[in-house]
Amino acid sequence: MSTSKKRLGSIVRHGLLGIWAIFALFPLIWMLIMTFKSEADVMTTTFIFTPTLDNYRQVLLQSDYLRFFTDSVITSVGAVLISVLLGVPAAYALARYKFKYKEGLAFQILSFRFAPELLVVLPLFMIYQRMGLHDTYLGLIWVYQLISMPLIIWVVRGYFEDISVEIEHAAQVDGYNWWQVFMKTLVPLIKPGLVSSALLAFIFVWNSFTFPLMLSGFNVSPVTVAAMRFLASHTVQYGQMAVAATISALPAVVFALLIQKHLVRGLSFGAVKG
Amino acid sequence: MTPSQTTAEIAVIPENINTVQFKTRIRPYLIIAPALLVTIGILIPFAMSIFYSLTNFDFRRRDYDFVGLRNWIGMFTSDVFWHALWVTIRYAFFSTGFALLFGLGVAMLLTSIDNAFSRILRVALVFPLMVAPVISTLIWNLMLNNSVGIVERFLNLFGIFGFPWHASHGTAMMTAVMIDVWVNTPFVIVLIMAGLQSLPKSPFESAKIDGGSAWFNFRKLTLPILKPYIYVALLFRLMASLQEFGIIFALTSGGPGNTLMNLSLSAHQRGFRFFEVGISLTYILFLWVVIFILAKQIVKRWQIAQRTATGRMADGSEG
Repeated sequence: MSTSKKRLGSIVRHGLLGIWAIFALFPLIWMLIMTFKSEADVMTTTFIFTPTLDNYRQVLLQSDYLRFFTDSVITSVGAVLISVLLGVPAAYALARYKFKYKEGLAFQILSFRFAPELLVVLPLFMIYQRMGLHDTYLGLIWVYQLISMPLIIWVVRGYFEDISVEIEHAAQVDGYNWWQVFMKTLVPLIKPGLVSSALLAFIFVWNSFTFPLMLSGFNVSPVTVAAMRFLASHTVQYGQMAVAATISALPAVVFALLIQKHLVRGLSFGAVKG
Repeated sequence: MTPSQTTAEIAVIPENINTVQFKTRIRPYLIIAPALLVTIGILIPFAMSIFYSLTNFDFRRRDYDFVGLRNWIGMFTSDVFWHALWVTIRYAFFSTGFALLFGLGVAMLLTSIDNAFSRILRVALVFPLMVAPVISTLIWNLMLNNSVGIVERFLNLFGIFGFPWHASHGTAMMTAVMIDVWVNTPFVIVLIMAGLQSLPKSPFESAKIDGGSAWFNFRKLTLPILKPYIYVALLFRLMASLQEFGIIFALTSGGPGNTLMNLSLSAHQRGFRFFEVGISLTYILFLWVVIFILAKQIVKRWQIAQRTATGRMADGSEG
């Protein structure tokens, strides 16, 4: 009686989870399948077809897609690098020093993340046009700091706080100066946190849409914006559309796999130490 | 140079104590300054937006007049605004609510099963969160398409033909919320899973001996400890869904008609299609105030819940 009840419970749980898994993963699988379908097969929605690489060939060789992809890479990598270079020392200061307005400053940095992006974008659009930053790499990299900087500062700060001050003292006693202590003892210890928050920041920047939609044009076009324009302007080639989507999703999914263990901490800006 | 005011540093008596003290006091600010400058440089627009919301600034004309609170009064007396506010509230309520509900459910299912199936899903279920929401919306758009979409073919099996999805006034909100939930539930799952894994074992074992029901266990033991995690999920999801732009823009640009015109999309339309920057900024500033107040409230509750939870955890490990 009790074992059969348990059995039933287990089946129900597996069933419910299975339903969710289909809902969550089917769109991605379907997209992947679409990429291998010829334009004629796309219309039939069957799963049996002769796979072709035509879509990939079209998108990668005969369209501007690689240029958009490169734009995404340049702006995302640039934004994350700047955030790491400036954010890690800031995170250190916020973790170690006691000073006036510390929590206020930290919260201020966090609040950048929650401010509506449009609030920044509208005036920035005017400023950028006047400064010549509109539709440039630098312009996008700069505005992306609002996405990547708070994330990196808050997550890395948490990792610094986890390191005992004693370790720093010991290194000082050994005769290291401040920079050496920082680079030789602290950086190795926060490395997992730093790498994971940098990769997560990369994903967020890579996926952002509102900023590049309004602050970039035809010179600099990240994939998110390019995909939208592609859809609006062309007679839609569904297979090629799917290829564009798949390739743009690839870096983020791969990075997410790499940082699994630290994902919670990054996603919650350090609020949850998983 | 020492990184903090350590005992070692204080022990060394400097020649000029005042300069050294000043240097140590100012050092943290100097270290933070570059990061702040880069982000605050971006925040100048924020101050500008408050100013411009009091003007009749227009992208087409380069000069503008100060109009006081006219934009604000105009906003509060316009039907467009109240409609946008209502859309914003419904969208945020449903997408946050369902994401939390499903996230909680799936996370509990995942932790209750321990086999290859659940271990694979723990990794794979995060994927939707990593795809750009705009791209996800495009994929859904293709799937829901009435001529080539696979969902249409699936529904045909049940005798449903040409379900309107985002094309009809009645189902557009549901469709947008569904996509939002698809994109964002993984975030909640990941958070709640972390919470569930932090649960202490002993109180559950004693409850089992006492014969507590599953619901009783959940309400009295699991929920209090999960609460801080739920608040973090609520905070992030609510803030983002109140200002959602990408998903709706990619799905219907606010249509059909004005069905999905929330505050963000209305502001975007005012600013970039009608060029009425002043009015557009009033919408967004209003939204920002709402978000700010809500965020403060949720953070307060989160901190209380966290204190309670850590108290309980300590009790649990002792008992």
